[in-house]
Amino acid sequence: MSEMYVSGQSGIGRLIQALAERGHRVIGPVVRNKALVYDEINGVEDLPKGWTDLQEPGRYRLEQRGDEKLFGYVVGSASWKQFLNPPETVLWSGTINPEGFMTDPAPEPPKYAFFGVRPCEVAALGVLDKVYATSNGLPSMAGYSAIREQAFIVAVNCVEPGGNCFCVSMDTGPTARGGHDIVITEIAHNGNMRYLIESGTAAGAEVLDGMANLEEPTKSEIEARDYFLTEAAAAMGRTLEVDGLPELLKGNARNPRWDSIADRCLACANCTMVCPTCFCNTVDDNLSLDGTHATRTRKWDSCFTLGFSYMHGRPMREGIGARYRQWITHKLATWVDQFEEMGCVGCGRCITWCPVGIDITQEAAAIRRADLRDTPIGIGGFV
Amino acid sequence: METLTEPAVIDQMTPIPFKVQSVREELSHTFTLELEPPNGDFSFQPGQFTMLYAFGIGEVPISISSSATRETTLLQTIRRTGAVTHALGTLKSGDYVGIRGPYGRPWPMKEAKGRDLLIIGGGIGLAPLRPAIYHALENRADYERVVVLYGTRTPDDILFETELRRWGDRTDITTLITVDAADRGWYGAVGVVTRLIGRVGFDPLNTTAMVCGPEIMMTVTAERLMEGYAVAPENIYVTMERNMKCGIGVCGHCQFGSKFICTDGAVFSYKEVGHLFDIKGV
Repeated sequence: MSEMYVSGQSGIGRLIQALAERGHRVIGPVVRNKALVYDEINGVEDLPKGWTDLQEPGRYRLEQRGDEKLFGYVVGSASWKQFLNPPETVLWSGTINPEGFMTDPAPEPPKYAFFGVRPCEVAALGVLDKVYATSNGLPSMAGYSAIREQAFIVAVNCVEPGGNCFCVSMDTGPTARGGHDIVITEIAHNGNMRYLIESGTAAGAEVLDGMANLEEPTKSEIEARDYFLTEAAAAMGRTLEVDGLPELLKGNARNPRWDSIADRCLACANCTMVCPTCFCNTVDDNLSLDGTHATRTRKWDSCFTLGFSYMHGRPMREGIGARYRQWITHKLATWVDQFEEMGCVGCGRCITWCPVGIDITQEAAAIRRADLRDTPIGIGGFV
Repeated sequence: METLTEPAVIDQMTPIPFKVQSVREELSHTFTLELEPPNGDFSFQPGQFTMLYAFGIGEVPISISSSATRETTLLQTIRRTGAVTHALGTLKSGDYVGIRGPYGRPWPMKEAKGRDLLIIGGGIGLAPLRPAIYHALENRADYERVVVLYGTRTPDDILFETELRRWGDRTDITTLITVDAADRGWYGAVGVVTRLIGRVGFDPLNTTAMVCGPEIMMTVTAERLMEGYAVAPENIYVTMERNMKCGIGVCGHCQFGSKFICTDGAVFSYKEVGHLFDIKGV
């Protein structure tokens, strides 16, 4: 059963310490170069106390809040996938000799604790888990699985959604839906910063059991938590109408709206890099000068690049409209066929970090307004 | 260090070294690698493919062209088109390549039992069909009529010509060849492969078609079979090709609508994917 405690900010510091003592590298939100990134934290003083982020389509600014909140912002461009499936990772390296190949030993997977994971991001880890699950009885992504299995997840519920957030539409937040070991809710209560700390798994409960000076929450503290989270759910920056969306997108493959998006989209791939669930990757090969030692490096790839669909002599998705259509149709439609859920968790990163502010929720709504399924042009499609 | 000569797979992305037994030049840009599995055993089904790795250069998905039962070595027929296939083309007997797989959904040999088999290949598309043809010949009683129709550019571009001629001499299989452009020495059919369909007997309502070739050849063939002969789209199978980096559904490159070509295909019924051919840039 879930255990619930309450503490002040010192309790947050002790939790970070407890995880470090268990051998975890604790990674959490920190401010670097006026942006929120995820990096190693050693204590509560490393967290972005008093900062908030203002997010609009194509705009991201950090500002001082003028209060003591530790979690008064939502998400930056970084997501946790960078630790589970790093942007560049050696898949395999080895030496060729007359008897075949000799593989170099693989490095030990790091043991992380992810601290301050937002509910949408916890959901994103679940989405990636499905994509990178085993196939043919072997791990599809051995590196990912090894890191993921050891990772400890400390979620933080969102009491203040950002301007581009729509987790309520995707049913991933603002309260964590499971998949975390511990979840924290930050509330300002009677002028004090209070942290309700709940376990989500037995491993989480064990960590909390070992911590001294955690208090039992009062009834009014629990009520305050529920109140703030209910308010947050009503304060989403955006909405994505998901009802019938997969069929809508699959049936509108020829919608002229794709051309209008192509006029604005720079095909820069930012949306796919910041997306916590975009999983596509490619492999680069390197060979030593003497031709005996090879390294295969897996790198993030994006369906927005021309080379992504390249096949003997030409790209299959030449136009930017086809590439955007592929991306949004995959996220919100074909992903459901593949993995029985949408590939979007409503974090809003793709909207914020799009240099021209293309908004996935608006583009889906535009297709809905100009639905061509009942017209001759709409016959066929991806359906 | 651990040697991979004894297969010690860390994950599915680690290739297993196969020794090159021979390299056979088939056509001007096409060659066949004959590969020896490390423990002498490599089981697969007709229509499956491997990820073939040229050391330090890269990996490409290549269909298996050997018979699943007749040959003990693994045959992969490759056309030189890019860096990796060119590198594979420079290999000599005794060299090593890396193999991952076999991957993908095979031709529906079981489902087609008791039916006419219409096997239609275009160009190098005959390579993935070769294991299916041998399967049909080795299990001849399982099928009614077996027909092979092959189209290629010129008489110099006929892949596996010796075998095609040999099959042509048999009475338990019908084999017809056509070329797009003939020369003086050619006495056979000229024109696209769909023109051969009308020259062979088959029962459209009890036929399974297996088609492999360029995308345009596959769509034209499937449309002809559906419109001209009322072969049902669920009985027409094509094999798809896209950029692939993994072969196991995690790199994202080969997506075709809702399908991952590597794990859901590469063999699909036309009912599953036919509608996607009509959309540019899927």
